[in-house]
Amino acid sequence: MTGSIKYLSQKHWRQTGVIALVGAIYLICSWILQYNNLAGITAVPKAFAWLGTNFMPTADSMSHVPQIWTKLMQTVLLAIASTVVAAVIAIFVALLGSKVTGFNWVVQTATRGIASFFRNIPLVAWAMILLFSFKQSDFTGFLALLLMSVGYLIRAFMEIIEDEASETTLALKATGASYFQIIFQAVLPQILPSLISWVLYMIENNVRDATLVGILTGTGIGFIFDLYYKSFRFDAAGMTVLAIILVVIILEVLSNQIRKVIL
Amino acid sequence: MLEVKNLEKSYQKDKTALKDISFSIEPGKFVAIIGPSGAGKTTILRSLNQLIKDDSGQILLDNQDLRTANKAELRKHRRQIGMIFQNYNLVERLTVIENVLHGRLGYKSTLAGVFGRYTEDEKKEAMVLLDKVGLKEFALQRCSELSGGQKQRVGIARSLIQHPKVILCDEPIASLDPISAQTVMQLLKELTEEFNIICIANLHQINIAKKYADQIIGIRKGELVFDEPAADLSEATLAELYDQPVTKELK
Amino acid sequence: MISNSNETVFQRQPEAPQSEKIILHKNSLSRVMIGFVLMGLAVITVFTLLHLDSANVQLGEAFHSLRETLTQIFIHPNVGSDSFSMLLSALGISLLLAIITTIIGAVIGFFLAIMASRNLTNRYLSAGIRVFMAVVRAIPTIIWVLIFSIVCGLGTTAAVLGLSFHSVAYLTKAYSESIEEIDQSTIEALKVTGSKFWVIVFQAIWPTTMASLISWTFIRLEINFANAVAVGAAAGAGGIGYQLFVAGNMSFDFHEVGMIVYMVIAVTFLLEFVAVKLRRVYLAK
Repeated sequence: MTGSIKYLSQKHWRQTGVIALVGAIYLICSWILQYNNLAGITAVPKAFAWLGTNFMPTADSMSHVPQIWTKLMQTVLLAIASTVVAAVIAIFVALLGSKVTGFNWVVQTATRGIASFFRNIPLVAWAMILLFSFKQSDFTGFLALLLMSVGYLIRAFMEIIEDEASETTLALKATGASYFQIIFQAVLPQILPSLISWVLYMIENNVRDATLVGILTGTGIGFIFDLYYKSFRFDAAGMTVLAIILVVIILEVLSNQIRKVIL
Repeated sequence: MLEVKNLEKSYQKDKTALKDISFSIEPGKFVAIIGPSGAGKTTILRSLNQLIKDDSGQILLDNQDLRTANKAELRKHRRQIGMIFQNYNLVERLTVIENVLHGRLGYKSTLAGVFGRYTEDEKKEAMVLLDKVGLKEFALQRCSELSGGQKQRVGIARSLIQHPKVILCDEPIASLDPISAQTVMQLLKELTEEFNIICIANLHQINIAKKYADQIIGIRKGELVFDEPAADLSEATLAELYDQPVTKELK
Repeated sequence: MISNSNETVFQRQPEAPQSEKIILHKNSLSRVMIGFVLMGLAVITVFTLLHLDSANVQLGEAFHSLRETLTQIFIHPNVGSDSFSMLLSALGISLLLAIITTIIGAVIGFFLAIMASRNLTNRYLSAGIRVFMAVVRAIPTIIWVLIFSIVCGLGTTAAVLGLSFHSVAYLTKAYSESIEEIDQSTIEALKVTGSKFWVIVFQAIWPTTMASLISWTFIRLEINFANAVAVGAAAGAGGIGYQLFVAGNMSFDFHEVGMIVYMVIAVTFLLEFVAVKLRRVYLAK
C-alpha cells in the first residue's frame, strides 16, 4: 500500500522534473539564441495583419497567374518525376538490403549505411553541389530531389518489406519457389499498396521541398517566389503562396482518396 | 517413408537446440509433436524442409537425403513437402485461388512463375482442391476478407496442390477458435488418409493430439522424450514431459 | 476513373458461364486504381524527363566536374577560411533552433491535437483546426521564414517563428492521429467516473499515447534540424546553413562544404541515436 503511494508520488515528481527540464532547455535555448519571446509572440498577429494588407493578391496580380501556374506545374512534374525515379532505384536497393529478401549481412549493412548517409546530407548541400556542376537548370533541381528521396525511400521500403512480406516469403520458400518467383508472386503484390502510399507522401513532400531547392537553384516555383519577394512585389508573392497552398492541398486530398481505395 | 537420424542443432555454441533426434514415419500417418514452449518443436519442423539449417544428422525422404542437396535439388525436395503456418502466411492481397496456385511455383520455370502463368489443368485442380476444403465459392475473394479458419484451409489447399509426400504443420490451430480448430484438424486427418501422405503437426493441446494423431512424439529441451502410438500414451509419460501432472489438459 | 469502375461491372457479368477458362481474379476497384496510379506516374515521369530543361549543360563534363567536387567534399574536407570553433558554434545555433522550435511545436501541437481529435471534441471544432493546419502545412517552411523576416527582420526571431509554424501544424496532425487510435473504452471508463475533460486528457490520453507522441516529437526534431540548416542557407537566417551557403555559393570552397556536411551528418546521427534510446526507455515502461 505504502509502496504504491510511494510509486505514485515518485512518478509525480519525475513528471514534474521532466516538465521543468524541458522548460529549462527552452529558456536556455532562447537565451543563447537571443530569441525574445515577447517580441516573438507579438510578431505573430503583426505578421498576419501585414499579410492581410500586403500579401493580398489584387486584381493587378491576376496578370502573374499564367507565369506562376506554368512554374508551379513544372515544379509538380519535377517532384513527381524525381520521386518516381527515386522509388524505382529504392525498390531494387531495398530488395537487396532488407533482412527478408537481402543477400547477406554485408550487403544489408552496407545498404542501410548508404541509405542513412544519403538521407542525412542536407538538401541544401545537394542543391549547391549540383548547382556548381549542372548550372541553373531543372536538371539540378531534379537531381537534388532525387538524391534526397532515394535515402528516405530505401529506408521506408526496407521497413515495409520486413514488416509485411516476411511471413509469405517463408511460405513460398517452403513450396520450393525460386527467389524471383517469391519476389514477384509474394513480396511485390503484398507491399505494392504501401509502396504507392509512400510514393504519394514523398511527392507531396517534394513539392514543398522543391520550393526550397528552387530558391537555391533558381528554378521552378521557388525561383519565381524569390523573384517577386526580392523585388517587393508582395501581391504577386502572395498569389504564388496561394497557388502553392491550392496545389499541395489538392495533392493531399487526392492521395488520401487513392490510399482509401488501395489500402 | 520419412526417416530422421541423429539430428543435431545449436544456435550458439554450448546452447543446443536439438540433441540426437531420430524417428521415422510411415505414409498415411498423422503425427503430432508435443512439448513445452521452447522445447525445439518448430526447429525440428523447419529442419525437415531445411528452412532452418541443422548442424548434423540425416533427413531421408524415400531414402534421399535432404541435407546434402544443393540449391536446385533442395527446391525439388521442398515442393514435395507442404507447409502450413500458425499465421497462415498467405499473400493477403491476392485472391484465394492465386494463393492456392502458389503451391505450383516449385514446378514451374522461373519466368512462368514470375509472371504467374498457370496452365488450365493447374487452375482446375486448384478449384477441385478448394471444393475439397469447402471454399469453392470463395475462389475470387481476397484472402484478407476471410476468417482465420478459412485462411488456414486456403493454406491446406496450397500445400495439397504441391502433390506433397509430407505436410508440415507449424502450430496450425494456435490462432483459431475451437470450432475452426476442429474443422482444420479433421480436414488434415482425412486428407492424410485419402492421399496417403505424412502429416506432422506441432501442437500445444494434448487432448487434440490424442484425438487426431496416430503417433505422438514428445520433445523436451531439444531431446526426444518419447515416440509412441497415440493410444499407448500414459499420463505418467506426459507428466514427465511437462514436469507436472497434466490430468486437466487431457479433459 | 469512373469509366474504369464501369468496366469492372461489365466484366463481372459473364463470370458464371465462363467455365472452360478459370479466371484468377476480378478487376476490383483497388486493382484498377493501383494500375491507374502506376500508369499515371510512369507517363508523367517519362514526359517530364523528356522535357527536362538541362540548360545546355554537357552532361559528360558536368558529371566529371561533379566527381571532382564530390572528391573535394567527402575525401578532403577541411575548415577552409573559418575556424573549427566558429563552425561548431554555428552548428550549435542550428541545433538549438531545432530544439526550441520542436518544444514550441510539441506544446502548442499537443493542445491543438486534443481539440482536433474527433474522439474528444465536437466535429466542427476538430474540422476547423484540421483545415487551418492543412493550410499552414501546405506552405513550405522557407516561405514562412521569409514572411516573418519581413515583419521582424532577418534573424533568430523570424527563423524561430517560421520553423515553429510548420512544426505546430505537423505535430498537431501526427498527435491527433495517435490520439484517435486510443481505444474508446479507455476514455469512456474515465468518463463514467465523472472525471473532468482535462483529467481524462492527463490521466488516460497522455499516458497511453506517450510512446507514440515521443516518437513523433523526435522525428520532428530531426526534420527541424534539417529545416534549420535549410533556412539558414536560403534565407540567410544564420547557423550552420548560412556558413554552408557562404562556402558553397560565394567562396566555392568545397573542402569547407565537406567539413560542414560531415558535421551536420554527425548531429543527425546523434539525434537518431538519442531518439532510439529514449524510445526504448519509454517503451520498456
